[in-house]
Amino acid sequence: MDLAQTKVALDTLWVVVAACLVFFMNAGFAMLETGLCQAKNAVNILAKNFIVFAVSSIAFWVIGFGLMFGDGTSLVGLSGFMLGGADNSPATGDAYQGVFASLNWTGVPLAAKFFFQLVFAGTAATIVSGVVAERIKFLSFILFSFFLVALIYPVGGHWAWGGGWLGTAGFKDFAGSTVVHSVGGWAALTGVMILGPRIGKYSSTGKVQPIPGHNMSFATLGTLILWLGWFGFNPGSTMAADVAAITTVALNTNMAAAGGCLAATAVAWIVLGKPDLSMILNGTLAGLVAITAPCAFVSLGSSVIIGLLAGVLVVFAVLFFDRVKLDDPVGALSVHLVNGAFGTLAVGLFATDGGLFTGGGFALTLTQIKGIVAVGAFTAVASAVVWYALKVTIGIRVTPEEEREGLDTGEHGMEAYPGFTAAPSGALQMSKA
Amino acid sequence: MKKLEAIVRPHLMDAVKNALQEVGVVGMTVTEVKGFGRQKGHTETYRGSEYKVEFLPKVKIEVALPDELVDQAVEAVLKTAATGKFGDGKVFVSSLEEVVRIRTGERGDAAL
Repeated sequence: MDLAQTKVALDTLWVVVAACLVFFMNAGFAMLETGLCQAKNAVNILAKNFIVFAVSSIAFWVIGFGLMFGDGTSLVGLSGFMLGGADNSPATGDAYQGVFASLNWTGVPLAAKFFFQLVFAGTAATIVSGVVAERIKFLSFILFSFFLVALIYPVGGHWAWGGGWLGTAGFKDFAGSTVVHSVGGWAALTGVMILGPRIGKYSSTGKVQPIPGHNMSFATLGTLILWLGWFGFNPGSTMAADVAAITTVALNTNMAAAGGCLAATAVAWIVLGKPDLSMILNGTLAGLVAITAPCAFVSLGSSVIIGLLAGVLVVFAVLFFDRVKLDDPVGALSVHLVNGAFGTLAVGLFATDGGLFTGGGFALTLTQIKGIVAVGAFTAVASAVVWYALKVTIGIRVTPEEEREGLDTGEHGMEAYPGFTAAPSGALQMSKA
Repeated sequence: MKKLEAIVRPHLMDAVKNALQEVGVVGMTVTEVKGFGRQKGHTETYRGSEYKVEFLPKVKIEVALPDELVDQAVEAVLKTAATGKFGDGKVFVSSLEEVVRIRTGERGDAAL
């Protein structure tokens, strides 16, 4: 092999390994969300988290990838559906000839490009699952996930990464704080607004009645898996075995996670009285989401600061969403939506090249804000349309009886822990205040 | 014959069991139970919101024993299950009309 072929081989190996790490984040989300929900809904949440990647695989192959990365207008890609059309990857730059010009900067085969982008699309869809958990119909969730990955996620993605107008305007989102995490967050937010809170989450006087998760060990394992997966998510977004870039990005990613973890612990301890483990876990993820956009553009010190700020933000965001009756059992709105937006903004503030705090002026920050708002607005409106269409056709919420009994028996006819009589929260364990 | 029901803290069950065996109790039945007393449980917090846990986990030890062992048995429970804090539990003593050993059909004291 000559040098060029060796480079292609190494780059491809790295992209595929990174994609596998990101794929494993499905396990992380499954454990985290199941742990933070009730035992009576465990099968349903596991099933949703499992099937969502299969749905995403088909949706992204048939429509999503072409819409996101295919050549087209500055608003949408219009070619390369079902991976069709010309393509001479791994040729790069001017040597590239094909319909995915927006990905001509990475010298790996088209299949590697698709596989890596697919696991990202799957991540965006998984974020929705936790927020709408414990009351959404299984079929409605599957259909929403399909539309999200086929039609909604790719549009914002095209704007930022697929040769669209945001990327052209200088918008920077290295691994997807906005493109992946905020998009998942906005889609979930509109879902939860249309769905309403779980029965029993609020008393008749409007007081928050917590519904504790049933397995903090699962939640902790899930978060550690996600932390590991992020070492594929961010460093893999180099899409090349560039030793300087992937190590810098990996380290920045880790430091932000550490910052988020410690800040959330401290804030929970001071503000809530105890270091609530679920907040510690959310804080770590908040740091990871926030560093996803800036990880390749900021210094190690800035990464720690971004993580710390994310950890503070996430605790107050959880309290805020609870107060305004947007019932999110797992804290995914606070983690992915709030910190996806914050992380994208942080590029403008902390970028070593052009950041506000590094003497680069306001220009980049303004572009970042434009991107946050534009992608957020499109995703929110498009998601609301899909949720509403599902609501008036097949319905999106299970019956109150099924919600009380648990979605495991209602949706799937089975239990996660057969043979155990779980003390139903709200009945035996907790008082009805 | 008497029946003694002791509701105790779960982590003290072993100590209570050993003390009862030392005074001559030869058998017992143990159940995981939940309940509350005058304090009506306690509060816990989850993600910043307090909630009341009314039914706290306890262990119920049931023992059938001859009249002459009752005082010693109650004493044994008190010695091992008391911490002095709320939530130590209770001992109930009641008369037992009949005891039958299923294997042999023996009745009364002989069946204990």
